[in-house]
Amino acid sequence: MNYHVDERGYFGNFGGAYIPEMLYPNIEELWENYLSIIQHDSFQQEFHQLLRDYVGRPTPLYFAARLSEQYRAKIYLKREDLCHTGAHKINNTIGQILLAKRLGKQKVIAETGAGQHGVATATVCALMGMECIVYMGQLDMERQRPNVERMRILGTKVVPATSGNMTLKDATNEAMRHWINHPTDTHYIIGSVVGPHPYPDMVARFQSVISEEMKKQLNEIEGNPYPDYVLACVGGGSNAAGAFYHFLNDEHVNLIGIEAAGHGLTSGESAATTVLGKPGVLHGSKTLLMQTEDGQVEEPYSISAGLDYPGIGPQHAHLFETGRVQFLSATDDEAMQAGIELSRTEGVIPAIETAHAIAVLSKIEFNPDDVVVVNLSGRGDKDLETYIRWGKY
Amino acid sequence: MEHIETMNRIEELFSKKKQNILSVFFTAGFPSLNDTGTIALSLQQAGVDLIEIGIPFSDPIADGPVIQQSSKQAIDNGMTLKLLLEQVRELRKQVHIPIILMGYLNPVMQYGMEKFFNDATNAGVDGLILPDMPFDEYESVYRQSMEQAGLRNIFLISPTTSEARIRKIDEATNAFIYAVSSSSTTGAKEGFQAEQVQYFERLKNMNLKNPFLIGFGVSNANTFSTACVYGAGAIVGSAFINMLKQAQDIPSDIQIFVSLLKGKAS
Ligand SMILES: Cc1ncc(COP(=O)(O)O)c(C=O)c1O
Repeated sequence: MNYHVDERGYFGNFGGAYIPEMLYPNIEELWENYLSIIQHDSFQQEFHQLLRDYVGRPTPLYFAARLSEQYRAKIYLKREDLCHTGAHKINNTIGQILLAKRLGKQKVIAETGAGQHGVATATVCALMGMECIVYMGQLDMERQRPNVERMRILGTKVVPATSGNMTLKDATNEAMRHWINHPTDTHYIIGSVVGPHPYPDMVARFQSVISEEMKKQLNEIEGNPYPDYVLACVGGGSNAAGAFYHFLNDEHVNLIGIEAAGHGLTSGESAATTVLGKPGVLHGSKTLLMQTEDGQVEEPYSISAGLDYPGIGPQHAHLFETGRVQFLSATDDEAMQAGIELSRTEGVIPAIETAHAIAVLSKIEFNPDDVVVVNLSGRGDKDLETYIRWGKY
Repeated sequence: MEHIETMNRIEELFSKKKQNILSVFFTAGFPSLNDTGTIALSLQQAGVDLIEIGIPFSDPIADGPVIQQSSKQAIDNGMTLKLLLEQVRELRKQVHIPIILMGYLNPVMQYGMEKFFNDATNAGVDGLILPDMPFDEYESVYRQSMEQAGLRNIFLISPTTSEARIRKIDEATNAFIYAVSSSSTTGAKEGFQAEQVQYFERLKNMNLKNPFLIGFGVSNANTFSTACVYGAGAIVGSAFINMLKQAQDIPSDIQIFVSLLKGKAS
């Protein structure tokens, strides 16, 4: 079974490049050049040097002793929360800004939900002296205020998206429209493994450093590069794609993606795409999509802005369809409780997105000697207001 | 079968009329759910040559604010693809000019592609514009069934489309080419820039097999007549929808809008 992209830009039945003609030259330029650019020695050297000296990689693989005791397994946390800017998102933005430079682009646009990708984009644009505009749903601007201000401090212009539910989907629409209107001098840094080919594959490659390090670290600590489980939350799916990447063909490694169930899978207020979605086309790719009978995309709901998206990346749709990855979900309340629990057992306040992955530890029956890696995709600083509003601590 | 005799309205139009073709785009189910028929009939009466009816979609990424908003209102009004086909079937009793449905792929996919091609033809639709359908997928998967159903597929090109790709698209079409006037989303702009006119000239000099109509940013007599100098005609969308938003009496306001638009060219 091939879990990676094929030469047509598809992952099994999903993927492709469903874009209006106005975007065709941009996408063609990318898909003709991305592999040769990112596989070039000079690119790899600059990319890895920045990941080491600027982002702070490798991130630790930390044995969480008290959590392990609680769930009776050997639980490791892959500390993406310790990356510069506080989440895995910067692995991708470093890669894409280097690509943008090599394509001769002068300006950058991005969409953001939780603001983590926006901050990571604003950061690399400041680093490289590039002009940057970030689209963000107006609702998300309100619930992730600190990140809005961080972007502004970094010199980025944050533009509110006021259509639809005013969240991530709408911000993505606005970014794509901006790109249609500025096709030649601008690179669009998509923040997850979504969008037209080659984005899903490209972003997964940049994030694959996560599982590359995991393997090496597990080999050093456990004497075996293969864990029994890898857990990661799934919004669009970039941290999960990176955490799964180097284990996809090792079928004995159980890969688990965790979606946001919001107020509950059947509540009508949820973002659990694999449960509620059907194949469809949004933002340039064919994937699983929450939608009405008539093909209108439904507005998802999650307490966490980074998981509040009606689709998942096409590779995840394929991994779900083939059964290679098992998808579980956690509700708002379960995630918030898990966030508090991790804070108290390990002294780590996770991002609320990440807390969804912690929340399913109690739903899986582990053997005591199972090696479990949870991808700790981000830290909770940006979510303090949400924690405070939730209040139960 | 009823659709055999009505299947070449687009070709028929372009074989009879080579110049100053006016095509008008509007969103189905806007401003009110059942305005679709009234608007189509009024456009025919006002002397419009071709109508393009937009299938509303929740996430229209190629559209500017005006069409986005009409699309949202149409969905809120209860417009669906199934209802749109019923409306087309009904309005076909009186409207005889070519009708093209334009929309994003997802609603059509959910309806079922093949089923949609057949149902659309039977309702009296002549052609489709599906801007986010990949060219290769059209060629390898849908072309045959679309042609068998008797539908024409219309492709968009833009100023950044390469000459080789324009030729490829021209080869694969037997209706007309939709030339997007600038690298932009839909929406009215103030006149054409010099580089846009150069692009129209370049297209004209390519001597394509198919005629081309210029759309996006055509909003008044001035832009319409300029477009007609280079292309076989033009498509007006956002400006028409803006007018509809304020229309007191749809038939007479359409009459006035179209005659102002045609100005010198007719
Ligand atoms: C910390 C964190 N984790 C996860 C996500 C979800 O994105 P993805 O599924 O692409 O990893 C986000 C998105 O903003 C995030 O900030």
